[in-house]
Amino acid sequence: MGLAEIFNYEFVQRAFAAGILIAIVSSILGVFLVLRRFSLIGDGLAHITFGSVAFVMFLGVSPLYITLAALPIVMASSLAILKLTHSKRIQGDAAIGVVSSVGIAAGIILASLSNGYNIDLFSYLFGNILTVTRIELILSFIVFLTVTAIVIIFYNDFFAVTFDEELARTMGIKTRRINAILFLLTAVAAVLAMKVAGIMLVSAMLILPPLTALQLSLSFRMTIITAVFFSILSVICGIITAFLLNLPAGGTIVISNIGFLLFISGAKKILPSKR
Amino acid sequence: MSENIINVDHLTFCYNGMEVISNISFAVKKGDYLGIAGPNGSGKSTLIKNILGILQPKKGTITVFGQPLTSFNQWNKIGYLPQRINALNNHFPSTVEEIVQLGVTKRNPTALKRTLELMGIAHLSTRMIGELSYGEQQRIMLARALISQPDLLIFDEPTTALDPETRDIFYSLTGEMNRKSGTTIVLVTHDTSIIGQYARNLLYLDKKLIFFGTFENFCASPDMAGFFGLTSQHMICHQHEKTENNI
Repeated sequence: MGLAEIFNYEFVQRAFAAGILIAIVSSILGVFLVLRRFSLIGDGLAHITFGSVAFVMFLGVSPLYITLAALPIVMASSLAILKLTHSKRIQGDAAIGVVSSVGIAAGIILASLSNGYNIDLFSYLFGNILTVTRIELILSFIVFLTVTAIVIIFYNDFFAVTFDEELARTMGIKTRRINAILFLLTAVAAVLAMKVAGIMLVSAMLILPPLTALQLSLSFRMTIITAVFFSILSVICGIITAFLLNLPAGGTIVISNIGFLLFISGAKKILPSKR
Repeated sequence: MSENIINVDHLTFCYNGMEVISNISFAVKKGDYLGIAGPNGSGKSTLIKNILGILQPKKGTITVFGQPLTSFNQWNKIGYLPQRINALNNHFPSTVEEIVQLGVTKRNPTALKRTLELMGIAHLSTRMIGELSYGEQQRIMLARALISQPDLLIFDEPTTALDPETRDIFYSLTGEMNRKSGTTIVLVTHDTSIIGQYARNLLYLDKKLIFFGTFENFCASPDMAGFFGLTSQHMICHQHEKTENNI
């Protein structure tokens, strides 16, 4: 089968469309998360997603609606992480660790209580973008519109909070509200990215494209645009490679991301600096 | 009678159950240049953070521009230059222009150009913040604080680690803004000779209020001579008198 022919399949079209939308969302949010040293939140929320998927499967929710049903639980958990992060007694990374442990533990217990859906549950661990449903595609589009609109409207606030949270507060920015929005949007992105990359690799979708863009020492705005570019490119390369070599798309997307990161880092070392 | 820009009334702040600031009251009037001094750990930065709403007092009230801090929303009237910016590392992806523009809610190329020229950093506008020297970075942060032409400027140890020449430029500029434009300035520093040179009023803090008033009152106070020792009091006052005579 030729490369052009794969685009005739509706499930492939859905995979590309959803993959690109999620790539855009996760890379935009990833820039803020990486710069604020919240990179591990993707991992934490992915673990919560595992627990949530196990829970909604345990309740007997139809596979078509699992993503939608898991969403509120993961969003609530993201706020719990934020709340714990603000606690004086628990460090930010420990807060993520606490909540993600709960997610994994709950997932394992619920999975062991019912043998019937173990296979389905573990398929979420590794993801399969080629099984993206129409509902998930619509959800991805809604999330894409929401995230881009929010980031454009509150761009200055997001930038200020990323630069220095304390300084942002002296500018009258409601930093707690901005943090809550960032965490909630990340929760949504994590749930959607689960289908693309799998729970195990959600954080890679959030971290790798921003890291690649950061190697180029660009302005803040250009860093976001460049992260989006590499994220989309990785999804496209990843899906095509997966299709041609019959490999899991989640893995090839992440490997593509790592490939771009290594290439840009290497090129930066080899090429002379512009100054 | 000129209006109070800042009014601090019986402020007490606790950290982990310990009183860091104990029951202090003072007011800053429009056009004042107030120096806040005190030893390390005396609560200077904590006081500023209370005034800026970053920290919440345990007791007491603060009003800014006549409004209680809890309902204050005209933050563009205040320019703040902190001691240290968390993100100022070599890898933060931002140009000088982007940082200075942070000081205004909407992009304003005219204000940006004016401020960059005022600070003498127009040639750096497209450079990345991380590749500049500490002195240049502080000038950029000052430009960010000035771009909205605030009525009140608050500086928290702004010249720590600056070379003497850059430090003098910094203080000359802010002194000029105070004299010519009537901008109210609150300057925190542990360097009392700086306070003597530039500020008209002094607030000396050591968890509680030790002194608040004009330099003239400070220099004439036998209590302060007793507290600081005659030599130290004289050195602070000498710097102030020298500057007053030069103006």
